[in-house]
Amino acid sequence: MSLLSQKHLLGIQDISKADIRLIFETAKQFKEVLNRPIKKVPSLRDITIANLFFENSTRTRVSFELAEKRLSADVVNFSASSSSTKKGETLIDTVNNILAMKVDMIVMRHPSPGAHAMLSKHVDAQIINAGDGTHEHPTQALLDAFSMEEKVGDLNGKNVLICGDVKHSRVALSNILCLKKLGAKVRVCGPPTLIPKYIESMGVQVSYDIKDSLAWCDIANVLRIQLERQDIKYIPSLREYSIAFGINKSLLNSLKKEIVIMHPGPMNRGVEIDSDVADSEHSIILQQVENGVAIRMAVLYLLAGKKE
Amino acid sequence: MSPRIILDTARFQLVIDRLCHQLIENHGDFKETAIIGVQPRGIYLAERIAKRITTISKNKNIPIGKLDITFYRDDFRTNNSPLKANKTDIEFSLEGKQIILVDDVLYTGRTIRSALDALLDFGRPSDVELLVLIDRRLHRHLPIQAKYAGKTIDSIINEKVLVEWQEQGEEDKVWLIDKTNLEK
Repeated sequence: MSLLSQKHLLGIQDISKADIRLIFETAKQFKEVLNRPIKKVPSLRDITIANLFFENSTRTRVSFELAEKRLSADVVNFSASSSSTKKGETLIDTVNNILAMKVDMIVMRHPSPGAHAMLSKHVDAQIINAGDGTHEHPTQALLDAFSMEEKVGDLNGKNVLICGDVKHSRVALSNILCLKKLGAKVRVCGPPTLIPKYIESMGVQVSYDIKDSLAWCDIANVLRIQLERQDIKYIPSLREYSIAFGINKSLLNSLKKEIVIMHPGPMNRGVEIDSDVADSEHSIILQQVENGVAIRMAVLYLLAGKKE
Repeated sequence: MSPRIILDTARFQLVIDRLCHQLIENHGDFKETAIIGVQPRGIYLAERIAKRITTISKNKNIPIGKLDITFYRDDFRTNNSPLKANKTDIEFSLEGKQIILVDDVLYTGRTIRSALDALLDFGRPSDVELLVLIDRRLHRHLPIQAKYAGKTIDSIINEKVLVEWQEQGEEDKVWLIDKTNLEK
């Protein structure tokens, strides 16, 4: 019956709507497992997974590691700062050396867009993208959409706003692809310097007016200002950004309806989102984190179920 | 070989009645007993039995749960099409309870092996009994036996037992069919 169409999870671009539905259905069952007294099932006990993080992460890394452990897989962790890549080893060599130690799956975060797709052509292991530069972050998009559906039901025809630093955000790209596949209407909003050119060609609306956009949407996914990718000045100052595009309580109160607030983390409190919003009942930020483990369990489980 | 009926609708009901009476004989008022159906097809039988016991013995509060074993199966990754996961729904503690594990057909015993693993993750029952509608007593892979069996049959590997339920819009019936020609 149920198999993913892909051997790897490189991006939302490669998977179908049926794949997304299957991941959601499976994640629901894993969410129930996570609420049991013993939160562990033996499905992947014969699998070894390497988590390769060439870029910093707390949430995604902990979430993947927990998902792997809840499925009884063996886990090895690796971070670029303490590895031979510093000595000049190529990515393919690094990965092949790890695979020679009988590793079955690779979960990788890498600063170069497309690193996973390249790797998938050169090594013999299943690869899961945990973020490649400014390109995609598929599991985040899946858990976001899953959390949205949990809150508001079927996303078909719903209005979803993605606001903030769209240009540098892999979360935004994966989110747009995923939401479009599920039939949602998507709008992006932010300062013109942080909205990529030609993004309309993906079938999304563009707005520079945060208040109008909030009034339009059912759900707002607030993105982080990526301080580490601001090598040239895209915005005059964080304070100015906060005044023009920050989400705060009084802004939400001025709308005549309730909307759901999401944030993929890590939050810059007081910049793109204020504490009185982040900690309010509108926010499902911590549910997103909880669902992240269930979604990643589903992805790992379904990919492991694909025989060669 | 053409498909043949091994339990028709009338006998189906008799068998369920008999199983219920056996359970009542052994468990009395069901104070320390719970029924757990194995997803997906053990659920129909579990619910039917709980309902029937309620009618026979006026015992209203029999705890009944659903157990999904998908993530505990030992044929994951060797089977071409993994099973779809179902809901697990056990809203009571298993600690110290007598558990009646219910499934429709007992064959290799591997499903029940998985079910025992899954069950024990919810606590430590005082004992676990197995109840099945059909016991295919040949070709067991593991040392697992049912305490209560609706009907015991001898069948060969090429045959398949198909249980049809009212709940699925069919008449209650059990068929023995030849796998080589799967149309009924």
